[in-house]
Amino acid sequence: MVLYPIADALHLVHGPLGCAAYTWDIRGALSSGPQLHRLSFSTDLREMDVIQGGEKKLAKALCQLIDLHHPKAAFVYSTCIVGVIGDDVEAVCRQVSALKGIPVLPVHSEGFKGTKRDGYRAACEALLQLVGTGSTEGISPVSVNILGDFNLAGEVWIIRDYFEKMGIEVVATITGDGRVDDIRRAHGAALNLVQCSGSMMHLAKQLQEKRGIPFKRVSYFGIEDMAQALYDTAGFFADKSPGIVGRTAALVSQELSTIMPQIAQYRRKLEGRKAAVYVGGAFKAFSLVRALRQLGMDTVMVGSQTGLREDYEELRELCDEGTIIVDDSNPLELSSFLQEKRVDLFIGGVKERPIAYKLGVGFCDHNHERKEPLAGFTGMLNFAREVYNTVASPVWRLTPRGAMRDRS
Amino acid sequence: MLLRHTTADVMERSALTINPAKTCQPIGALYAALGVHNCLPHSHGSQGCCAYHRSTLTRHYKEPVMAGSSSFTEGSAVFGGQANLLQAITNMFAMYNPDIIAVHTTCLSETIGDDLVQIISKAREEGKVPPGKHVIHANTPSYIGSHVTGFSNMVKGIVTYLAENSGRKRNQVNIIPGWVEPSDMREVRRLSRAMGVNCNIFPDTSDVMDAPQTGRHEFYPRGGAPIEEIRHSGDSRSTLALGPTASEAAALKLEEKCEVRSEVLELPIGLVATDRFINALRHRSGIRVPGFITDERGRLVDMIADMHQYFYRKRVALFGDPDQLVSLTEFLVTLDMRPVYIVTGTPGKRFETRIREALGDSVPEAQIRQGPQADMFLLHQMIKKEGVDLLIGNTYGKYIARDEDIPFVRFGFPILDRVGHSYFPTVAYMGAMRLAEKILSAVMDRQDRNAPEESFELTM
Repeated sequence: MVLYPIADALHLVHGPLGCAAYTWDIRGALSSGPQLHRLSFSTDLREMDVIQGGEKKLAKALCQLIDLHHPKAAFVYSTCIVGVIGDDVEAVCRQVSALKGIPVLPVHSEGFKGTKRDGYRAACEALLQLVGTGSTEGISPVSVNILGDFNLAGEVWIIRDYFEKMGIEVVATITGDGRVDDIRRAHGAALNLVQCSGSMMHLAKQLQEKRGIPFKRVSYFGIEDMAQALYDTAGFFADKSPGIVGRTAALVSQELSTIMPQIAQYRRKLEGRKAAVYVGGAFKAFSLVRALRQLGMDTVMVGSQTGLREDYEELRELCDEGTIIVDDSNPLELSSFLQEKRVDLFIGGVKERPIAYKLGVGFCDHNHERKEPLAGFTGMLNFAREVYNTVASPVWRLTPRGAMRDRS
Repeated sequence: MLLRHTTADVMERSALTINPAKTCQPIGALYAALGVHNCLPHSHGSQGCCAYHRSTLTRHYKEPVMAGSSSFTEGSAVFGGQANLLQAITNMFAMYNPDIIAVHTTCLSETIGDDLVQIISKAREEGKVPPGKHVIHANTPSYIGSHVTGFSNMVKGIVTYLAENSGRKRNQVNIIPGWVEPSDMREVRRLSRAMGVNCNIFPDTSDVMDAPQTGRHEFYPRGGAPIEEIRHSGDSRSTLALGPTASEAAALKLEEKCEVRSEVLELPIGLVATDRFINALRHRSGIRVPGFITDERGRLVDMIADMHQYFYRKRVALFGDPDQLVSLTEFLVTLDMRPVYIVTGTPGKRFETRIREALGDSVPEAQIRQGPQADMFLLHQMIKKEGVDLLIGNTYGKYIARDEDIPFVRFGFPILDRVGHSYFPTVAYMGAMRLAEKILSAVMDRQDRNAPEESFELTM
């Protein structure tokens, strides 16, 4: 999932067909060039393969696909069943790699071996095999890698543009709009910027440990966090790049002067409305609470699927008293909180959308089904517009809840 | 060109599927289970499976989809998933209070060899299943068959566990509607009642997967076949199974278990298939076809007559699930169109014969492809070799439609990028009218778009 945005690599799901079918082009991770990542390739393991093993099939499928598409690298995703039947995926990958002359990397993503978090780690391990295999010649000392942005709706392009305007070279975007050759030389960057801390933290830590590249945790959502990310980065390069702090301040103030008048308009209309947030990672939840506050909205419920204890303590501090904080919730609990707190907006993922609508509550997808970029300063404006459009939609006046509010 | 790599020449690729025209069994089992009232479906496998199935069903039906998962760990993969399932059963009854839990397996639990019959009876023995509640199961290994097989297996499982022959016949007919939209199931019920048939329909996802906005999130919406009624299916006079691939297995099980004789019909999609369905109902109730149904048919024929000049000899490619494809092929022939490529990823013995029957001798050049490498890549290659005027299938067809610039009608499962398909039936006469309208609009919109100014006309 984390690797799939690498657009010039081949992504082969080794397992029964379903595993590939459900992941086929559902993430909206945009590429400015190759689109190879958007096709669905599967070894389509069947009953006989489960008995006899799928290694031969895997080797054959890999060779055929590499000949057909000439990718820069190939990733092979192991599914549950591969872990059980005991295919030596690594050996097959080594053989094919030697034969075809491109990196062929196994990703140990067997479903039963843990949660999403472990899958992220497996992805980072695969990336670590690539990083360091390219030449770092010509890379500026004022350079970063962007980690943990997947270029949903083109977000990485916005962020990249900011850094370039500040005079910072972006070596690799990992993995949004990613390219194999960029990742191979990513160890030449002076700093790693890590967003979506859940998925890419392991890679950042490893690169610090093994290559001495420091990292910073950043978020590109909301005005405060976005500006903070740029200032932090500028601060890091202040010695090497004179004037960078000034350039950054100019950039931020220019961006703000463009969006603030419109944000203020939305804020007037949204002031006092209530929001609930339930997202994958806690770090994103922090940003959303701050961004909603910017719009004058109160976050009355907030939670995440993979947050750690210290994340929740931070959330508790960030939120107002009375805010419900939930961890790894279930639909029953979520819908009862939404009703109890009389929220106007729910921010969640694909499975939560219809629950919100059933309750007569507006919804905003802050997961991979977002269709407008929500990152960066422009993203904040998009976010404000999207939130306003759903919260103020006339459809809610047709629902029992809306009718009640109209009466009161 | 997203699919720029597709070549016109078909190559051998026995080890590889590219852009599949099917998905795996458990999602079908989950959908079937949602057609039972107060049922909580449960996926016995890793957590990811359940999350993907729920997301995909939500994207298609735009409804909340509730289901549990055994959330396998490395320990379960080694020692078996019994402990997880027993715990899950206890928790689910305690927290969500379903009347029934419908467990389906996954490739993982199948491969490690979990014995569901044994686990479920252990749950009963240990008092984990409250009195009057049920736990049923279906084996749905993902490496066999497809999502339709999974649907069929779960419907059969429902019968195996719940249907009983009490010895007293009831004057009713079982109807197994197959994997169709909730709106289709509602339409089947409407027509059956109108035809004087006291029908017992299961599974029935109407009012579950197309529930109205009420301001509440109903964990168990009011629809779904009641368990009591499914139990009584063993006392029915007969069973009508719609769509052999999805519904025949359950009908045969009812015959074997409860001696309810069955008849298997193709899905009532299109005029001729609907005629057969209405006729089968007429035989059971013995009443004359009510005037309003004859009128619905008459309006459909009138509409086809109005349209026939546009459909004549148009070449159509279609892909999807076997039962839908057979009836759709027949309907296209009725419309005087030429279904030239027919592709399904779902394996099954009689598919080609059924399609040939539906085609009659009308389209001798038709190519039928089925099973493992019958995927969207292959369909695209066929289209590249010789083009078509129309493509019909689920959302995944949009890539081919765009690259080859072919008018495209969405039909089947899944439809991930439109809203409406779950609300309007495509079965029966009214459904056929809707399909015909969609087909004509797609063809005509394209003609308008491409017409040079001098031949862009007000009337067409």
